[in-house]
Amino acid sequence: MARVVVDVMLKPEILDPAGQAVANALPRLGITRVSSVRIGKRIEIEFAGEPDLDQAHRIADKLLANLVIEDFTVRVEETAPAATP
Amino acid sequence: MSTVIGVVTFPGSLDDRDAVRAARLSGATAVRLWHADNDLHGVDAVILPGGFSYGDYLRCGAIARFAPVMESIADAARGGMPVLGVCNGFQILCEAHLLPGALTRNQHLHFRNRDQQLRVSSTGSAWTNAFAAGQELLIPVKNGEGRYVADARTLDELEAEDRVVARYVGVNPNGSMRDIAAIRNEAGNVVGIMPHPEHAVEELTGPSVDGLGFFTSVLKHLAGAPSLQPAATA
Repeated sequence: MARVVVDVMLKPEILDPAGQAVANALPRLGITRVSSVRIGKRIEIEFAGEPDLDQAHRIADKLLANLVIEDFTVRVEETAPAATP
Repeated sequence: MSTVIGVVTFPGSLDDRDAVRAARLSGATAVRLWHADNDLHGVDAVILPGGFSYGDYLRCGAIARFAPVMESIADAARGGMPVLGVCNGFQILCEAHLLPGALTRNQHLHFRNRDQQLRVSSTGSAWTNAFAAGQELLIPVKNGEGRYVADARTLDELEAEDRVVARYVGVNPNGSMRDIAAIRNEAGNVVGIMPHPEHAVEELTGPSVDGLGFFTSVLKHLAGAPSLQPAATA
């Protein structure tokens, strides 16, 4: 079985205040060498049967990402067969 | 015959009742439209109210954009029907590409709920023609994702074409680019605004009655522009 993974990230020029808030919290963990944190979304799509990259691309383009502010990548991720319980 | 304004209710809409009330106080007949019904029931104008449509999952307005009613509204808007999107309605209009740009997380990450000073910068829209250019309004703003964002070229175009409808005055509550609070499309029939005119229509409950002007504007626009109506109801 394979799933399609879509990663959606804010475009580099779009401010990510949530990512900045995370970056600003890192010194509290004693981590001081991180210069930037940006937060995106990972969406996993499972098709009945073979994964359809074209359709996944269409889903990402029409719904999952807003291309005014976001970019996306689409890839197939091989998954191990479901473990028997 | 009285002008009929339709107010859409999506699952998660909050301000639909206030929008209906505001439309009635301005002298219009207001009817409710349902997100799953693609029939606009012959209304003359549409309001997309504030709230959290479909839980605002994925992005604000991203799922509402695909509601059956939105298909009819997008067609009618292209035909000239006045459409006002307030807050979540503004987000939906941007997601539907009826307006350019996007609304993103407030720069300071805080939800802002306050009475906000605005300045009307374009009176050339169906929803602001009753105001004077430069008129200042006091209207509640309440959003967590109200920061207007667009690329520099789009922002320059909006300014050059008199399409920035209102700007924040004094404090910018969310970090909106160029202090933009409201914009319109090229034709001027579609307006998106982040603050809530429908919450400023009565002395008892609002900080002013400045919001009424948006609704009386559309009545004035429709009274003076009967030629738009056949396209709008087609």
